[in-house]
Amino acid sequence: MTLAVTAVALLIGAVLGAIVAAAKLSGNRVLVFLGSVYTTIFRGVPELLIIYLIYFGGSSAVTAIGQAMGYEGFLGLPSFAAGALAVGIISGSYQAEVFRGAYLAVARGELEAASAIGMSRGLRFRRIIMPQVLRYALPGFGNVWQLSLKDSALISVTGLAELMRTSQVAAGSTRQYFLFFIVGGALYLILTSLSDQVFNRAERRANRSMPSAMGQV
Amino acid sequence: MDIEFLSSTMVTLLKALPVTLALFALSVSIGCVLALVIVWMRVGGNRYLAGFAKGYIFVFRGSPLLIQMFLVFYGLAQFDFIRNGPLWPLLREPFVCAVLSLALCTAGYSAEIFRGGIRSVPPREIEAARAIGMSGFLLVRRIIAPIALRFALPAYSTEVVLMMKSTSLASLVTVWEVTGVAQRLISHTYRTMEVFLCAAIIYLVLNFIVLQAMALLEHFLSRHLRAAPPAAKA
Repeated sequence: MTLAVTAVALLIGAVLGAIVAAAKLSGNRVLVFLGSVYTTIFRGVPELLIIYLIYFGGSSAVTAIGQAMGYEGFLGLPSFAAGALAVGIISGSYQAEVFRGAYLAVARGELEAASAIGMSRGLRFRRIIMPQVLRYALPGFGNVWQLSLKDSALISVTGLAELMRTSQVAAGSTRQYFLFFIVGGALYLILTSLSDQVFNRAERRANRSMPSAMGQV
Repeated sequence: MDIEFLSSTMVTLLKALPVTLALFALSVSIGCVLALVIVWMRVGGNRYLAGFAKGYIFVFRGSPLLIQMFLVFYGLAQFDFIRNGPLWPLLREPFVCAVLSLALCTAGYSAEIFRGGIRSVPPREIEAARAIGMSGFLLVRRIIAPIALRFALPAYSTEVVLMMKSTSLASLVTVWEVTGVAQRLISHTYRTMEVFLCAAIIYLVLNFIVLQAMALLEHFLSRHLRAAPPAAKA
């Protein structure tokens, strides 16, 4: 469950992050401003607060929509959706910065060379920008994954039965608080160190054409 | 928009601000000292101390802060020797537990940041210092620490902002800081948006002030770099 929430959240975040990064790089003053507002707010406000806001605020929004459609009474947002959305929005603000940094790291000369040999905008994006941005963004993306994995523990406040919530419930019902929280913590450690290795391997693979991977530098 | 409700909410939340600030200040300062000890163990050359520091950093960076906090708050109370021990009057206070776990956690992150700062000290400067006979503490105080501090500052300011946001987790172990009070206000009034808007503004302003202070410190510490003649810039 923890992994599912984190993966969905990261996917939402990747889409949001790409949009916001594009907005911040577009040069259009309004879009740049909106992008900056997004990254400032969601990186500056505590994660817990955002999760509460989406969970409770989302529920009241859904209830309002339900009432408009003639349904009386309270409608709740599913905690999985709310949690994934909240963590997704947060990770989106971090990923936007990651993508932006990666785009800026693409050498200007390569873009100029691509237009010089007559590549169109779309082709240039697909052949030159995209592969390099993905490569440069990979380390930052790994960081965001680790952050989101740990943020996903906060979703337990909405009652979603992920790793944190489950260890909390088990600890409460058996009164073995120390044992269950230690085990929960150890499981998170395993998750983070495993994903660290996956990202290391992915980075090595993505960089296999770079000089440092070939024994130079 | 109900201005009256917003302002009364703001006043209620601002009353909880000292708790948030106290959590923040205490945990950052304790965490910073702890981080210095850990980084000293990590780079000190003693294999066992370095191993311990590595393990510490791994554990505290790899697991969520929330689980660490619950471990301290609920987990420690399970043991009789802690319950009967001399520290129990302190450890049963949620505030102390929150500060303790925040400090332990930030120490892990900060130690890595400081280590990065130390590693970026140019080896030539250390060699030069050794050549003119500096050693041990003098070397650290005059050469390594000032340079490492400057390199570590940008990353450390990010960590400090993260800490400010992490203080909101203390509400889950029943410390009544800004998020906790906001949560309670919501359960009384059912007005989610307004209350959280006020809380978010408070945190944004706090983080803005912290970032400005850090930028000012950085500016102050890099005076000698700006004074350099433009020709020296490659």
